[in-house]
Amino acid sequence: MHTMPLLDIKNLSVEFTTRAGTFRAVDGIDLTVDEGEVVGIVGESGSGKSVTSLAVMGLLGSNGTVVADRMRFGGKDLLAMSPAQRRKITGKDVAMVFQEPMSSLNPCFTVGFQIMETLKVHEGLSGKALRNRAIELLEQVGIPAPESRLSAFPHQLSGGMNQRVMIAIAIACNPRLLVADEPTTALDVTIQKQILDLLVRLQKERGMALILITHDMGVVAETAQRVVVMYAGQVAETRPVDALFKAPRHPYTGALLDALPERALGKRRLPTIPGVVPGIGDRPQGCLFNPRCRFATDRCRIERPALFDVDAGKARCFYPLADAPVGAGEVL
Amino acid sequence: MLRFILTRVSLVIPTFLGVTFLTFLLIRLVPGDPIEVRVGERGIPPERLLELRHELGLDRPLWQQFLDYIGGVLQGDLGVSLVTRNSVFSEFVTLFPATLELAALAMLFATVVGLPAGIIAAVRRGSVFDHGVMGISLTGYSMPIFWWGLLLILFFSVGLGWTPVSGRLDLLYYVEPVTGFMLIDTLMAGEYGAFWSALHHLILPMIVLGTVPLAVVARMTRSAMLEVLGEDYIRTAKAKGLAGKRVIGLHALRNALIPVVTVIGLQVGTLLGGAILTETIFSWPGVGKWLIESINRRDYPALQGGVLLIATTVMTVNLLVDVLYGVLNPRIRHSR
Repeated sequence: MHTMPLLDIKNLSVEFTTRAGTFRAVDGIDLTVDEGEVVGIVGESGSGKSVTSLAVMGLLGSNGTVVADRMRFGGKDLLAMSPAQRRKITGKDVAMVFQEPMSSLNPCFTVGFQIMETLKVHEGLSGKALRNRAIELLEQVGIPAPESRLSAFPHQLSGGMNQRVMIAIAIACNPRLLVADEPTTALDVTIQKQILDLLVRLQKERGMALILITHDMGVVAETAQRVVVMYAGQVAETRPVDALFKAPRHPYTGALLDALPERALGKRRLPTIPGVVPGIGDRPQGCLFNPRCRFATDRCRIERPALFDVDAGKARCFYPLADAPVGAGEVL
Repeated sequence: MLRFILTRVSLVIPTFLGVTFLTFLLIRLVPGDPIEVRVGERGIPPERLLELRHELGLDRPLWQQFLDYIGGVLQGDLGVSLVTRNSVFSEFVTLFPATLELAALAMLFATVVGLPAGIIAAVRRGSVFDHGVMGISLTGYSMPIFWWGLLLILFFSVGLGWTPVSGRLDLLYYVEPVTGFMLIDTLMAGEYGAFWSALHHLILPMIVLGTVPLAVVARMTRSAMLEVLGEDYIRTAKAKGLAGKRVIGLHALRNALIPVVTVIGLQVGTLLGGAILTETIFSWPGVGKWLIESINRRDYPALQGGVLLIATTVMTVNLLVDVLYGVLNPRIRHSR
């Protein structure tokens, strides 16, 4: 009944070797994305969401080791590919938009050059056709006077405009999967909405799959069909967006939702989650979230929970939250 | 752009005056004047000495001499050599191509070797190659030029007999100077034997003079590349699926070149300074050797004029580098 997913990752781990030792930034996560599906990956800084996306893109440096039981894209085994074979997919079938538009474009080249470069490499376009396609792309991402913008340098455009250019580059070769890593975080609030709307519009028009990485639950609620909540390199909870927002099962998800300002109306203080994501040297025994979890028991402090089945998805918790929202994350 | 150049040129004037004043003063602080140096130990009757000094105007107060000199310079008159009686400017112009040829080749050598070495060292950071290049370049940078030159002469010229010890051309050949650049003149004259001879004569001086700039270029390229390779736009370039060569050779290098070009430009000053030593070691008939000889003869006008012309060259090159910097860096170009 289920067709083969577009992106199929099983038990992915990414380790970084530093002077202080080996650090596992991503720890055995499973991730599937269907053709045309929008998946939101949510988590705090340091939860491993960006590293996961870089691993999917094959962009981790030589000090990051990627291990997985399975990593397939469109039925092809990404792990078995040579770097050259991988590059044929990267930027063409899988494309990425990054967090910092101002620094993600090369300051020494014009916007036009940077868009056309992708088209030249992957589609072999040249001359008039190449130029027209670039103009068309700028039009599609909502850049006014696209013809004159081709010769602009990134520093002559605003952050929002640059992010539109980045999106134009990403969608240039009609990718089947677009990975957007916090695409709106660095932008003004008014521009954030525009960029998000643009991404959603393009996703719908082109039927491409979208992985939207963010730490903003509100953004996920508006755009995604399915949510993966990550914590300390692991999947804490993964469920369809409606179910997750209606009744989170993992206490961490519950706490993240409670921290949304619109859910805290009438409260004197905005609830927060005390503490930080454990880093390289302070991984707790038992459940990784237990030091910050108000429901933690002795069992949670000793035993590490697996991903258990919950309604419509999975949650990594011995004691999943009940249906009724209980103000789970309120500060004690 | 024009305004920028004009501003820069106006900034050159104080430097120009300072250089003129310093050379004028410093050479006069050296004991012995042109006449004493010329008569040497033979001695000369005191009244004749005074007479000669008066002839050359050396008996007047220093400030008068200086104003006279500046006045001449402003009218484009650098004076006449006390030794040869030729105009300083024409002597300089005759000798300068030899220095320029040597300096240009040294810079070429430094860039052609240093740039790729720095790039590869950065890309393979921490590798044996990286450590090797950085170690060698530190050695090269720290080595006294004259000692390095003598070492190379001993090994390649005296020991192996591969290269000539001194000069620009074998005595077998004579080529009418047209441009003053031996490599070009020999080719224009169709004297290929002479061309090879000139090239042979250039190799060691070129290496000696180019060693310090080479070390600087290699180290600068490496550090600029390392910085650029960590930038977000390099990740973007990789995310486009570009091959490593294109990512490094185009996206990274284009940005890394901005500081490297500045450094190469600033090396021109070092190069002309280094040319004085190198030319002396290899008896290279350029302005460097001429300046040293002028100091020894206390040939005041020649030394003053020579230093002034070299300073002008360095300032011009620095100006060109600034302009080129704008061409390479669009952010600067548009803010002007």
